[in-house]
Amino acid sequence: MLIKPVFIAGAGVISAIGNNVQQHLHALESGTAGMGNMTYLGSAHKHRLPVAEVKMSNEELAGLTGLPAHISRTALLSSVAAKEALLQSGMDDIQPWRTGFISANTVGGMDKTENFFVDFLKDNRKGRLRNVVHHECGAATEITANHLGIKNYVSTISTACSSSANAIFFGARLIRQDILDVVVAGGADALTKFTLNGFNTLMILDQQYCQPFDENRRGLNLGEGAGYIVMVSEKVASSLKKAPVCTLSGYCNANDAYHQTASSPDGTGSFLAMKGAMKKSGLQPGDIDYINLHGTGTQNNDIAEGTAIKLLFKDRFPKMSSTKSFTGHTLGASGGIEAVFSVLSIQHGMVYPNLRFETQMKELPFAPETVFSKGQPIRHVLSNSFGFGGNCSSLIFSKM
Amino acid sequence: MYIQAAAGISPQRSFEAILTQPQNYNGNRLSCQEPDYAQLIDPRMIRRMSRIIKMGVAAAKECLREAGWEVPDAIITGTAYGCLADTELFLAKMIENKEELLTPTAFIQSTHNTVGAQIALLLKCHNYNNTFVHRGFSFESALLDAITLIKEEEISTALVGGVDEITPVSHAILSRFGLYRKEHTDSAALLNTPGKGTMAGEGALFFALSASPSGNDCAKLDDIYTFYKPADRGAVKEQILSFLQRNRLAVKDIDLVITGENGDVAGDAVYTALKTGVWGNAPAISFKQLCGEYPTATGFALWLAVHILHTGKVPGLSPATKPRRVLIYNHYQHIHHSIYLLTAC
Repeated sequence: MLIKPVFIAGAGVISAIGNNVQQHLHALESGTAGMGNMTYLGSAHKHRLPVAEVKMSNEELAGLTGLPAHISRTALLSSVAAKEALLQSGMDDIQPWRTGFISANTVGGMDKTENFFVDFLKDNRKGRLRNVVHHECGAATEITANHLGIKNYVSTISTACSSSANAIFFGARLIRQDILDVVVAGGADALTKFTLNGFNTLMILDQQYCQPFDENRRGLNLGEGAGYIVMVSEKVASSLKKAPVCTLSGYCNANDAYHQTASSPDGTGSFLAMKGAMKKSGLQPGDIDYINLHGTGTQNNDIAEGTAIKLLFKDRFPKMSSTKSFTGHTLGASGGIEAVFSVLSIQHGMVYPNLRFETQMKELPFAPETVFSKGQPIRHVLSNSFGFGGNCSSLIFSKM
Repeated sequence: MYIQAAAGISPQRSFEAILTQPQNYNGNRLSCQEPDYAQLIDPRMIRRMSRIIKMGVAAAKECLREAGWEVPDAIITGTAYGCLADTELFLAKMIENKEELLTPTAFIQSTHNTVGAQIALLLKCHNYNNTFVHRGFSFESALLDAITLIKEEEISTALVGGVDEITPVSHAILSRFGLYRKEHTDSAALLNTPGKGTMAGEGALFFALSASPSGNDCAKLDDIYTFYKPADRGAVKEQILSFLQRNRLAVKDIDLVITGENGDVAGDAVYTALKTGVWGNAPAISFKQLCGEYPTATGFALWLAVHILHTGKVPGLSPATKPRRVLIYNHYQHIHHSIYLLTAC
């Protein structure tokens, strides 16, 4: 069944390559990656593992938002990007509309909990409660929703690295079914020692800067940030001063059902997600102009995703790249951040380079883009987000 | 929306046991009555599973069995806290070992979507799979996801569950926030001895939702509505009345009201005001003396309502006629409010 599209009226983003959309456009065009040595995260792996940190302290983020500096960095990042998205949409006032905030993250307020736990482990009467009060994933969402004055609907999704893609298409469905008029959707995640060490035990972290979709890829770099888009109904879209940027025309969620963390070798889940999204939007593989890959840089993800693309697109491969080569893997935020990149790709006709790409994977008949280009005729962008638990989701954004 | 089966694990053994002899608890928590998992899950898989995963997977399997389904079109889970035991384990080891010599199992199983993912893995189910983690709205969001997917005809069946556990660590931390009673309490008397705080609870309840009637349904879920941070009691009343209105009902049309009192004086004031201001003489029961307080406790309330409508029996009441229409109203910490409307099939 074809679906009624919802309109994208705005986007907001913060990551290691910038604190807003303008800074991202500049970094993406100039090919400036965000990885580096750890500055804010106090981990024992400081000198061994590069990460892609947002280049602001919690105090600076607090200053930017007006929120207190002691709350979770996830909530601070979320508030910065969601606020920008709403401002960008040109909606002066959300109050007349039924507005929802649907966010996503993977570890909630873990950046604070892991500090609380140090004292708590020694004595369970110790540890400052204000460092654990926002532990739940939903807490960061509520801080941002309250900050934006959104109260008609709030929810949070956590399906590992596909979390915010699922938040976006749940939000789109609520608009289509006339439950809400406006939805700010996406996700946020701050770097934590918990996730860094978790991925480290899985031995999938690259000690150098990652090389997604490269024959000699070594793993991923963790990143942090937040990305949100503002989706509106047709009625709201017609009331806005500027025309919406594009539509969310297709999406699909499928499960790989292969392993808790590893993807199946033939990328069953990825294939089903991409194929399902195309079916929803009524598009053929040949209609897709750019794929924003999940492309984490791990052996396993890139071969599974690549194999699924090979199967689905057969012999005519669209331009594609992994922007995780700029931002690192921002986990629960990645689907949101990459949705913003997809929207910008359509808006400015941009294709982003897959940084540091050297050697084509021997199993694949295609290679990612290596140079930045703009002014291209980009009509349809496919954005992939795949995660632990076999959770695979694909979104399609289309020019109006 | 038809509910073909409602099954799970809670501090009560079964609906029948609630009618004859509900399980009482002393102290400040109600713990799940766990089954012999070896009868339900492959022993090779059980070995690695933490308690919440076992509870969730066993509950889901039992629900599918009762519905007579092999594989649902969607698996949607709601959990406020996720897999706490694995999270705590990895966190503790990371701190104790100063970030060295860690093993991945606990980390892998700590992600919030583990229960939903394990169900998919067990069923080899490639269909829609989602996990909501929004505090007192986690379960309601999961239901709304399923309902809207069904309305768009993307799916015709969904397995939806609400899962949360108490661990010694979470209980210690939440106790410090003043959530639970300081003095020993008998769960049977929890609601009759109002005080400060409540008793902790937990559960894993799953539902087989279907777009069309099967001829063998337990109940029909007519509507569900949530609202966030209402300004005051007046706003709560307004929301409930408008919910009834959108379903073209008056209070007199409701045969049974199920409400979420938890024994905490401050939180229960809303329910008291609604009793005098809205429900009046409508037959009413509460449910948290049976399952304790937790963010996805409405999963237990829905399970209870489904069994009441299916059997016509109401715990603690002897209605002259079988209830045909049930309304559930609950709030979690004055923030997350939800209303459900169900009818008998």
